[in-house]
Amino acid sequence: MKVKYFAWVRERIGKAEETVEPPAGVRTIEDLIAWLSQQGETYAHAFERPKVIRAAIDHAHVRPDTAIAGAREIAFFPPMTGG
Amino acid sequence: MTAIVTIRIQEQDFDTAREIAALSHGRTDIGAVVSFSGICRGNDSGEEIAALTLEHYPGMAEAEIMRRAEQAMARWPLSGLTVIHRHGRITPGQNIVLVVTASSHRQAAFEAAEFLMDYLKTSAPFWKREESAGGESWVEARAHDDEAAARWTRS
Repeated sequence: MKVKYFAWVRERIGKAEETVEPPAGVRTIEDLIAWLSQQGETYAHAFERPKVIRAAIDHAHVRPDTAIAGAREIAFFPPMTGG
Repeated sequence: MTAIVTIRIQEQDFDTAREIAALSHGRTDIGAVVSFSGICRGNDSGEEIAALTLEHYPGMAEAEIMRRAEQAMARWPLSGLTVIHRHGRITPGQNIVLVVTASSHRQAAFEAAEFLMDYLKTSAPFWKREESAGGESWVEARAHDDEAAARWTRS
């Protein structure tokens, strides 16, 4: 699945998007955050405060316990500051 | 007549008067138009700001604003609404965002404009980066913006 990062999450990880293939046990958004956090120091830094991170599946906001099965595009970003 | 919904995410500036005219032109059922312009401030909590750079999530930004526009249309009897949000580098005094709502009566137009702005602040995927003498930093989300958005889900 494709994963996108925005704002300081993107900066800390050092890339805007990538394709990831998490193992079968990674079922939800919070599982995916926990798994990504183990993919290196930059990821650990980006996700060091998982409760702050917001997520979207296929362009819609989702909660941490949302299942990721069938997702085409998942995005992680800080709380929004537009408007 | 059917309601006109316009949502644009763009780098270039917009003309508020033109957008208001576009929404109400040739119609006699509209009795109220409310517009809100969000403008880049030259200082934030006493610190001088040289510029803001707005990052956004293309695709989701349009989709999320459309979902909020549909909620507004379902909640208030609107004749039309326009939301324009800029991205890229914006300097103090320049426009950032525009919300225009039109209805037969003022209350619906006022409330819908406020509803849309509250959700643009908290749920549209945009992030502001601030340039000041002290360097660059991401703007922190504010709790009072979340509280402002939350009031629409009460009562």
